[in-house]
Amino acid sequence: MAVPSPFELTPEQEQFRRVVAAFADEVVAPAAADFNAEGRFPIEIIQQMGEMGLFGIPFGSEFGGMDGDYLTLCLAIEELGRVDQSVGITLEAGVGLGAAPLDEFGTDEQKRRWLPELCRGEKLGAFGLTEAGGGSDVLGTARTRAVQDGDGWVIDGSKQFITNAGTDMTSIVTVTAWTGEKEMTSIIVPVDTPGLSIAPPYRKIGWHASDTRELTFDGVRVPVTNTLGERGAGFRQFLKTLDDGRIAIAALAVGMIQGCVDECVRYAGEREAFGGPIGKQQAIAFKIADLEVAAQTARQMYRYACRRKMAGQSYKREASIAKLYASEQAVTAAREATQIFGGMGFTTDTRVGRFYQDAKILEIGEGTSEVQRLLISRDLGL
Amino acid sequence: MKIIVPVKRTPDTAAEKVIGDDRTVDRDAGESVLCPVNEFSIEEAVRLKESQDAEVTVLLVGPESAQSTVRKALSYGLDGGLQVTDDAIAGSDALGTARVIAKALESREWDLVIFGNQSTDARTCLVPAAVAELLGVPSLTYARHLEVEGDTVTVHREHEEGWDVVEAQLPAIVSVVEAINEPRYPSFKGIMAAKSKPLDVVSLADLGVSADEVGAGNAAATMYEFEPRPPKEAGTVVEDDGSGAAAAQLADWMVDKKFA
Repeated sequence: MAVPSPFELTPEQEQFRRVVAAFADEVVAPAAADFNAEGRFPIEIIQQMGEMGLFGIPFGSEFGGMDGDYLTLCLAIEELGRVDQSVGITLEAGVGLGAAPLDEFGTDEQKRRWLPELCRGEKLGAFGLTEAGGGSDVLGTARTRAVQDGDGWVIDGSKQFITNAGTDMTSIVTVTAWTGEKEMTSIIVPVDTPGLSIAPPYRKIGWHASDTRELTFDGVRVPVTNTLGERGAGFRQFLKTLDDGRIAIAALAVGMIQGCVDECVRYAGEREAFGGPIGKQQAIAFKIADLEVAAQTARQMYRYACRRKMAGQSYKREASIAKLYASEQAVTAAREATQIFGGMGFTTDTRVGRFYQDAKILEIGEGTSEVQRLLISRDLGL
Repeated sequence: MKIIVPVKRTPDTAAEKVIGDDRTVDRDAGESVLCPVNEFSIEEAVRLKESQDAEVTVLLVGPESAQSTVRKALSYGLDGGLQVTDDAIAGSDALGTARVIAKALESREWDLVIFGNQSTDARTCLVPAAVAELLGVPSLTYARHLEVEGDTVTVHREHEEGWDVVEAQLPAIVSVVEAINEPRYPSFKGIMAAKSKPLDVVSLADLGVSADEVGAGNAAATMYEFEPRPPKEAGTVVEDDGSGAAAAQLADWMVDKKFA
């Protein structure tokens, strides 16, 4: 008799994974070279993902969500990331940074107002934490302030590298701001609020089709009722948000590694040199074997972190391990896959060439590799 | 309006097929999927559900293990399933299958049945018309466009020279071709909802079908031999040397292949 494995997906998770994989292969992959080359946010694809319910997966149906779990969301991010990282990060940030803080910390009224359209993928939310001075060390470096004036907050400052902040479907950005000495508060700011200016997209090395912006707040006034959860809870809220995001970024990185395996197996079987397919050369075959090892081990780690989170166990250390390992392996995978593709791999017409561009940010976003090592070593009592 | 969409579990078109000793496809050898043509008939039904509040039931004739295919079909947002499972059905030809489907349809109320025009395994295209004949209802096959207004169904029936506009009174049976629409992907909500949708599993006895009307032993068609499809031959390359000979060569080739 078959012993049920804790690593197996439920039939519904597996069926959904296949649907997203088919969507990724049939809709996203054929368009990816063009929308990346144009640096265009592929809004028609993001909207189709909304219709499939991807942006509402981990949220309750009370506010328009799909009553799914966090692992199912990560499966979708992995499958999309397998063919295009920009589309994968758009989903990850839309759910994990845009909607999740609202779902987790927002009042019922805030959820009723903003969450359903985020869950349906009709709108996108963003989360503004990072500033010019820093991200993970926000306590030491943040400058953005909000001062209470009557029944409103007046916000001044700026935020950097904010994903999904400037798309045509963006509705809100949740910003962390000092509201007193050692008091940080998250405040929901609709993007059409006067005084909020959104800079043109950054000129990035990769993630060309993902929307990333600098935001400037000049006397931006929003009602005090836009405070996310309680005043002064901002620091605790963003720490929690980042822990979850690390698992999702690990899933995105695993998607990249798997994409490298798939592309390299195909190419090494087709491309001939020295009298046969290059996959028959051990120098190539062993590289691909290593990529497969990385894909499978990194996948198990992020799913383990995910299952701990879903079971209500501590998962901070596991999330950091998953993110650190998967992102560093993804950088290696993209480099080796590009090497296997040779000259073709140095063009952005190939998926592996685009992965080479997209890989580096995985070691930086949602906490750098150094920050992950810091968190793991601190958790060990060092 | 009540709609029934018959679907089939077929071997994955991309997978290697194994033919067993009984000269049927070994369905356990490779992965089975919801017949891809059914994605188009389901999409058409879902559109009628959205625009006219139709109630849509999916019908499948197949072994117990095909239940996952019924659930897959339900994940597109359909309302319920009817599955006919009976060992005696194994090896049925198109006519035997049509008899079972006709009886299953007789057990339910419906206004419209939407088939795919063929399945990707047998590709006989016989079943929809055979079912309509057995039930004595209008048969509108090869539809590339379908609309329902009141109790009239109108289709554009595709053929080699274009299409005919054909209409009939409901109840009627329609089969659709892949040009009819662009199927959507199932939503996460649809997948989760599919597992709790009502699904009735019935036997031949429940439907009043006698075992001597169906199955391999009672098939009107007998398979004696089979062979793999020959590999694709290399195409003919016509070189243009500037003399105009290439144009004549191309024209001859098109006439030869009956394209012109």
